[in-house]
Amino acid sequence: MDAISVVEAGQLKRDRGEFAPGDTVRVHVRVVEGEKERVQVFEGVVIRRRGEGARATFTVRRVSYGVGVERTFPLHSPRIEKIQVIKRGRVRRSKLYYLRERTGKAARLREQRTPRP
Amino acid sequence: MAKARKEPGLIGRKRGMAQLFGADGDAVPATVIQAGPCTVVQVKTLATDGYEAVQLGFEERAKGATKPLAGHFKRAGLAPMRVLRELRLESSEGYQVGQRLAVDLFSPGELVDVTGISKGRGFQGGIKRHGWKGGKASHGSMFHRAPGSIGASSDPSRVFPGHRLPGRMGGDRVTVSHLEVVRVLPEQNLLVVKGAVPGAPGGLVLVRRSVKLSKAQQKAQRAAKKG
Repeated sequence: MDAISVVEAGQLKRDRGEFAPGDTVRVHVRVVEGEKERVQVFEGVVIRRRGEGARATFTVRRVSYGVGVERTFPLHSPRIEKIQVIKRGRVRRSKLYYLRERTGKAARLREQRTPRP
Repeated sequence: MAKARKEPGLIGRKRGMAQLFGADGDAVPATVIQAGPCTVVQVKTLATDGYEAVQLGFEERAKGATKPLAGHFKRAGLAPMRVLRELRLESSEGYQVGQRLAVDLFSPGELVDVTGISKGRGFQGGIKRHGWKGGKASHGSMFHRAPGSIGASSDPSRVFPGHRLPGRMGGDRVTVSHLEVVRVLPEQNLLVVKGAVPGAPGGLVLVRRSVKLSKAQQKAQRAAKKG
């Protein structure tokens, strides 16, 4: 193992990462507001996954009140409580930037029929 | 000449950058340095050499050393090493040839200075090299990234020495002060410091304990003086 992975090893969360671009996920994020801490949910389509080790991130896109919102999360961030996969989308590329130019019906993704191994 | 310090440091190699999550979930950028183990190859004293210093060796040498170098290591009774660095000390007393220095010299929370050779950038213009402003890109501007005036006219009829102009950038010896030690992994000889370190991965660096106080410490000291 190279020096970087040795250092980052303890940071990795094992229950993360069973999703791919095209999947619809529900990300539970811990938000600290002053004294209180609560969990916020961000649901949308994963349009990108990048990086490796503790530096890996993923981007979720959703359309909220007609406005496209994209949030990028560090995959192994302790602030993320859990990531739920709602739907598996069938896509043919790893970065779904083309969804940005599409709205409504055109922005739909076909659902994966057979489960991925 | 480098100012003499109280203790030497460690020679190491920059391995690259990593990301760690802090207690509050914030991501902390960190550099992983393979520091030491270093061996004292020579101890210089005021009596014998006119100044106090220790010479540290780092990394074993796969190929044989040249005859003069081989002799130097033979005298120390050590296997030839790849990197030799001399570090001036206030006093070299207490250091013996053959003594090994490792990462356990440092502990998390301490501040260190890291010296390395910055990445070479080649021939660069004044904007990148010296942070000049440059002109407008559009709106009929005909002045973009050129150096502009480099001095007065017939008086003095010359450019003053040391005037900043485009030229070779990078490849300089750069020291970054006050980097916090985040983690020490003695088994792997790894040192993790917060922030960036000069040079490319694989580059040689020198890690020493900080001598100057950090900004926060200076502030605390001023407050203590007042109070």
